[in-house]
Amino acid sequence: MMRELSDNILDIAQNSIAARATLIKITVSVSHAANRISLCFEDNGCGMSPEMVQTVAEPFTTSRKTRKVGLGLPFLKQTALMTGGTFDLSSSLGVGTTVCASFGLDHIDRPPLGDVASAFYTLILLNPAVDFLFVYLYDEKRFEFDTRIVRQTIEPLRLDEPEISDWIRENLNQEISLLHGGSFS
Amino acid sequence: MKSLEELAAIRKRMLEQVNMRKDDKIDTRVVVGMCTCGIAAGARPVMLEFISELKRRGLENVTVAQTGCIGMCRLEPIVDVYVKGQEKVTYVHMTPEKVARIVNDHIVNGRPVEEYTIGYQG
Repeated sequence: MMRELSDNILDIAQNSIAARATLIKITVSVSHAANRISLCFEDNGCGMSPEMVQTVAEPFTTSRKTRKVGLGLPFLKQTALMTGGTFDLSSSLGVGTTVCASFGLDHIDRPPLGDVASAFYTLILLNPAVDFLFVYLYDEKRFEFDTRIVRQTIEPLRLDEPEISDWIRENLNQEISLLHGGSFS
Repeated sequence: MKSLEELAAIRKRMLEQVNMRKDDKIDTRVVVGMCTCGIAAGARPVMLEFISELKRRGLENVTVAQTGCIGMCRLEPIVDVYVKGQEKVTYVHMTPEKVARIVNDHIVNGRPVEEYTIGYQG
């Protein structure tokens, strides 16, 4: 199991990247009223066949050839279900995949959300050719970060140029802590 | 996203610099295992520490990249350091605390940190 939900964000997004997605939308939402945290991943990658969708959240399903286990989705599903949450996955070949997991906010087994800003920053830094749309909903507040807008603004520079990635990190840190209005785990 | 003007100013400043980073200057690669096992073992803080340490020292000849699972999950987080013309060095059970010494001893001064390597700990 992951120590923080933000590690799951980093991990599940790798599936989209492996599926050659060019745009990955990740929505994190925290609702005290609904007593829920949810993570949603939507990509425009290659998608999966209905057969693959049936078994993909099982530990012994993986698309890689080197070994027979894949634990990313099973970890996410297990954490969701054991905290009284939900797990949904839909996919269609050639269109993309959507994975949504929710967690009981006040459940004793819910891992801390962790450093979401650093997870987003890491994804951008390590995959400068992929576009990300991050949406963070915290009760009534909303923060959006779209790498397509950043890319347009800095053209022809790359997202992983040190000065640019520093700006991205600071922006994510600032905006997300502003959203919390203090600390939240 | 608020300060796009600030971003545009950074862009302008960078485009004016004569000394733009060129990919052919790269002679060292730091590759961090970032699969499920690596992430669960704490690869993210290790990767971020490499990025900041390299930046702190202004080392522009080094890139940091990720790879999938290498197959030795119990030794994660694993970091491979490739210096041009030398054999790959694999560091295991990495922590952010080990990063500064690898950058100093190995990447800058060319002496791999034996006791952090797979041959020593594996």
